Amino acid sequence: MGYMGKYVIKRLILMLFTFFCIVTMCFMLVRALPRELPQGTASQVEQIKARWEALGYNKPLLEQYVIYWKNIITKWDFGTSWGIAFRKPAWDVLTGRLLPTVLVNAYSMVVAVPIGILLGIYAAIKKNKWQDSFISTVVMLFISVPSYVYAFLVQYFLYFKLGWLPLNVYALADADNSWVSWKMIYSMIAPVLALSFGEIAGLCRFTRAELTESLTQDYMLLARTKGLTRAQATSRHALKVAMVPILPSILSSFLGLIGGSMIIEQIFSIPGVGTLYIRSINLLDYDVFMMDCVFYTFIGLLAGIITDLSYGFLDPRIRMGAR
Amino acid sequence: MKHQIDLNAIPKEKLRFAQLDAKLSDTKFEDKPIGYFHDAWIRFRKNRASVAATVIIILIVLFAFVVPIFTRNHMGVMDTYYAKKGPRHTWLKETLGIADGGVTGSYSEMDFVRYAAIGVGAEDKDGSSVQSIKDTMGTLYQPLNELIKVEESVNKLSKKTTMRFTAEFDNYLQVGFIYKMVTQQEYQKILDYQNETGLQILYPLIENNEWNPDPTDANYWYKCDKKFNAVTVNEKGKATKLNYSDDLVLEDNYMRDENGEVKFWQYAGGGTFDTAHYKIRILYYNYYYYLHDFFPDYIFGTDAQGYDLALRMAQGIQLSLLVAVAVSAINMVIGAIYGAIEGYYGGAADLIMERVSDVLSYVPFIIVMTLFQMHLAAKVGPIVSLLLGYVSIGWIGMAYRVRTQFYRFKTQEYVLAAHTLGANDWRIIWKHIFPNAIGTIITSSALTIPGVINSESMLSYLGIVKLGTASTTSLGTLLADASSIWTSYPHLMIFPAMVLSLLMICFNLFGNGLRDAFNPSLRGVDD
Repeated sequence: MGYMGKYVIKRLILMLFTFFCIVTMCFMLVRALPRELPQGTASQVEQIKARWEALGYNKPLLEQYVIYWKNIITKWDFGTSWGIAFRKPAWDVLTGRLLPTVLVNAYSMVVAVPIGILLGIYAAIKKNKWQDSFISTVVMLFISVPSYVYAFLVQYFLYFKLGWLPLNVYALADADNSWVSWKMIYSMIAPVLALSFGEIAGLCRFTRAELTESLTQDYMLLARTKGLTRAQATSRHALKVAMVPILPSILSSFLGLIGGSMIIEQIFSIPGVGTLYIRSINLLDYDVFMMDCVFYTFIGLLAGIITDLSYGFLDPRIRMGAR
Repeated sequence: MKHQIDLNAIPKEKLRFAQLDAKLSDTKFEDKPIGYFHDAWIRFRKNRASVAATVIIILIVLFAFVVPIFTRNHMGVMDTYYAKKGPRHTWLKETLGIADGGVTGSYSEMDFVRYAAIGVGAEDKDGSSVQSIKDTMGTLYQPLNELIKVEESVNKLSKKTTMRFTAEFDNYLQVGFIYKMVTQQEYQKILDYQNETGLQILYPLIENNEWNPDPTDANYWYKCDKKFNAVTVNEKGKATKLNYSDDLVLEDNYMRDENGEVKFWQYAGGGTFDTAHYKIRILYYNYYYYLHDFFPDYIFGTDAQGYDLALRMAQGIQLSLLVAVAVSAINMVIGAIYGAIEGYYGGAADLIMERVSDVLSYVPFIIVMTLFQMHLAAKVGPIVSLLLGYVSIGWIGMAYRVRTQFYRFKTQEYVLAAHTLGANDWRIIWKHIFPNAIGTIITSSALTIPGVINSESMLSYLGIVKLGTASTTSLGTLLADASSIWTSYPHLMIFPAMVLSLLMICFNLFGNGLRDAFNPSLRGVDD
């Protein structure tokens, strides 16, 4: 087994350990909250009570915890939704909402990545000229402004003033029952735009920083000395090196968006994971909330590990773990 | 041709010692020595963007603390009639012509007449002289700021001509008159107040006859038909519709007694003299002054519930800054201590502590905040649980940075020298290594502030943290309150969002300036 293999395994074990710790903490804290019976007729309430008893919701915490893991391992059962979708498995509730979130974020990445990287490259090439300072200033402003302010701006101008876009993302029934129909894509333009501004700015800044660093390296001098033009040297050498940290950062910021576009989903009423999270808190649907905790923790860890590992895969110079 | 001197031929007595009595030790610098912070300050001063950002931050902080002093009497005033109204300030309106409470809209003829008639009715205090709309233009109570244009359109089927009015009305005066049930004493109090100050509050009641289309609406003081069109009635009781023109004079429809005097009150139930209730018709604008002792001068308008938006924003900024500064200070302390111990001792302690902070750093922020709110909000209040939530995981970044600094410096020779001279661990940590980390600590503390402001307003926007009470609110709560209605009342969104963005931008610029000042080698490296 090579060096990389050892490192990957070490990272994976650490990730599993972290995941386990966090899930345990969340589980204890969530189950310690008092459960409220849903509203309903007396017989319904009795039924739910009996069901809860059978599921072990009234047992001691540690016992509940053992049951929780047992259910996951044997039946892939993460609990049951009692408020959002009555008696539907929490896993199904979550996965049913994954697609809209992933789509909106993927579209915004498709918009943001090329623009952000190109702007970053341009700024780095024009370093310390007016173009660079202009781009840097705008990027600074765009990074600072919170994403929901963009959402309001997009809504105000493109919906309210110009009427080009709908206020909210269409419901599934209004868009030919498909998440990828043209109608649905059209209605998703507004949230995609709102998400993209910050993404573009972040990527542009990152690309500029990385590229300016690699442009001043010695190998660039060598490349010019051996007769490459500036454009050739930049595209063949500097850009290649600069891409090493940029690519993983794109991946992890995509995953970060899935975990963090809650407010955009709320504003444009996208029936995604973020709105599910808010609803599960408001309805005190604890099993779904727990499912959300597991999901977000997993996404966060995945982003971290992808960043770490891809450095190693993309750049042979980086010998991770070597001391 | 130069005159040559033979140096050896100089007679001895002509030579003397130049520095015979002078002390040849080091002389003192004539300049003052520049310390670390002074040096940083000089560099910071040169960064114009950061200085401008600092000035704006100071202005916003001043706003947050000065506005509540000036609007002390707005505190706790929540008026449902004047909720969601736009910016209005009498002084600014008269001098600069801005903040006139005006909203431009398109009105049908009957609506336009109804609102413009408020101004006419308000000028006619005792039902004796109805003026034309044109004559009341520019008077204090005329809500019509400007009639922008009148369009006529002919319906193709019915061949009827309809008129559309585009006009700007003062939103506050547009409320006009309301009916109110008051006790007999209250009526007397209003009457005394009115006589004393000359502020007309009570206006004649409206006759409840066929020319009064809506007996619950106190603004139809002129004769209207059932379709709410202004009419004139001749002696035979035949009504003719009045069309709007510049000099339109409406016919009043006040309740009068046998002598033709208008009535200001009507018995509305209640047995004895003390408990009797009167129905009165009041001009809300003046009644508001009677109630609160100030006219509705709201420079940013009023929020969704009817509070002064400027005051609410000031309270929101106060809360945001308080939370942000507190979090950044607490995190600084915890992170510095944790990082120092980790970095200095290394080995097993470092391994365990690093594992702990590693696990904690992967707990999703939003889940931590939610769990803290769910468990503690009822016991210690939302603000304290918000702080605890931030503090529970916020120190990790700081600890990491301090740890790195410690790893860098702990093996240097001067630390070894201090060890050899017998300095204990405590002294080496705080006296010798820690000062190297101060620049990093200050910079990242300053950069924590915008992050906290942003996430705090996000949490309160999402409703995970519920901060809105009569005396406290947050910018996020204001935005959340506005989120469903802001397309009709843009000021509810624009002002808080603007202040929030401005705060974020300025704090980021300020933090970047600090970083460049403390660590000039990092200039231009954005991370």
